[in-house]
Amino acid sequence: MPEDADKSGSVSRRKFLASAGGAIAAAGVAGGLLTKTDGAAVPKPVDEIDDVEGAVDVKLRVNGKIYNLKVQPRVTLLDALRERLQITGPKRVCDRGNCGGCTVLKDGKPIYACMMLAVDAQNSALTTVEGIGTPDNLSELQKQFVEHDGLMCGFCTPGFVTSCHAALKANPKATLEDIKRACAGNICRCGTFNRVFEAALAAAKKMRSA
Amino acid sequence: MNNFGWYEPKTIEQASAAMKSDGALMAGGIDLLCMLKERLIEPKRVVNLKSVSGMRTIENGKTIRIGALVTPETIEGDANLRKRATVLAEAASVVASPQIRNVGTLGGNLCQRPRCWYFRDKDVFCLKKGGDRCYSVDGSNEYHAILGGGPCFIVHPSDLAPALISLDATVKTNTRTIKIDEFFVLPEKNVHAENVLEPGEIITEVELPAEWLDAKSSYVKVRERPSFDWALTSCAVAFKMNGSKVSAARIAFGGVAPIPWRSKEAEEELVGKEISESTARTAGRAAMADALPLADNPYKVELAVNTLVMAALQAVQ
Repeated sequence: MPEDADKSGSVSRRKFLASAGGAIAAAGVAGGLLTKTDGAAVPKPVDEIDDVEGAVDVKLRVNGKIYNLKVQPRVTLLDALRERLQITGPKRVCDRGNCGGCTVLKDGKPIYACMMLAVDAQNSALTTVEGIGTPDNLSELQKQFVEHDGLMCGFCTPGFVTSCHAALKANPKATLEDIKRACAGNICRCGTFNRVFEAALAAAKKMRSA
Repeated sequence: MNNFGWYEPKTIEQASAAMKSDGALMAGGIDLLCMLKERLIEPKRVVNLKSVSGMRTIENGKTIRIGALVTPETIEGDANLRKRATVLAEAASVVASPQIRNVGTLGGNLCQRPRCWYFRDKDVFCLKKGGDRCYSVDGSNEYHAILGGGPCFIVHPSDLAPALISLDATVKTNTRTIKIDEFFVLPEKNVHAENVLEPGEIITEVELPAEWLDAKSSYVKVRERPSFDWALTSCAVAFKMNGSKVSAARIAFGGVAPIPWRSKEAEEELVGKEISESTARTAGRAAMADALPLADNPYKVELAVNTLVMAALQAVQ
């Protein structure tokens, strides 16, 4: 994880958010916002993932590594990756299979991690953007995203990289039309689509000549 | 999502029995997860049909048999289907997005629930969910039905269904065989369901009869957002030709009615004629003659006519 490997000692965005969230929760209890009576458990938010009765053993193969975890059947692959395995490349945005922020590869094919249950994602090879390249060892496609400025806020980027990666693997001769079609399930709210397409085409060209 | 149990049946009988005991059947799971996340359903268990073997192949013989778990991506990429059942391959290629085409299934596509925003809002107790009124009648209805509506005005969201109607397909379940023309039901007959499947009944296969294979066929889908959207209108056409003239036709629209809408009026209009923009337009007008648009969707009438024109011309190109 890039955040964990942060040698500068600065607080990463993710760590800051995690600790800020804790502080807000604590303030809530102190201020009586969460009703807690006679030792009864505080109601948990619907999406909170925890091991309670009914959790099942799930074995996931992500970026070549095997992970064993216990999750409720209702936990999506996306939430298992992000909240349990701290694999946070896939982003939780719409959580309804509309935006593509959570795109991962299942046996090489792009899928929405928010629209698959973790328990249903076993017995397959999963690849997230972390498995495509790392900050120290970027894939050609990722280098071209940097080169062509293929991002603005960057939140959609892992999904776009993953969709483009699959498209170029399937067809190294992908045309602009092919790339557009491959990215049809990804949305960039900043609107930097053209730069994404340029990056993917440039990567295709480089990969062909390599 | 409620805290449901997870069940992996080994046989179709086990899957069927579990469904009857408050189990929701999951194939690809795309639409099911939408329903679960919105808490439109809160089943005791989810039954994973993928743990049952089979239903994953396309068998080519005199007929073509497609397993219920085959994905749109596989249908789209199948060279034989592209050649012999063009309309179906074309329809599969415009289903949702790549990420969904890789996971969704043929059976699930036919059984998906409507996208009506009143139906999808868990706080709206509409007719379809057991309430006493359809909120689209006096509400926002730009994406609703112009044909076959009432008392509920959903449109059927499937792309594969109109294509399968144009090919006169047969739906096979664990208990029976149903002609596709009889598979979907109008709300006037049953407002709570979109098809005739009984509790515990599971689609296992769809068969394309020899009679309509190799017909001149095509699918055109018009979307507000062309990259990834449901159909405003869509049209599937299949023509058997005698020289340059149509000897038999099957035509079905998507996005216009609570069921994939077969138009015998349009079919009759084209039999014995050559396909041209003008004959196709006359057929389109015949198909829409009885259209009764709601306040926000009169645009769909002309759009559907044009969709048929595009599909017909593309089929004989």
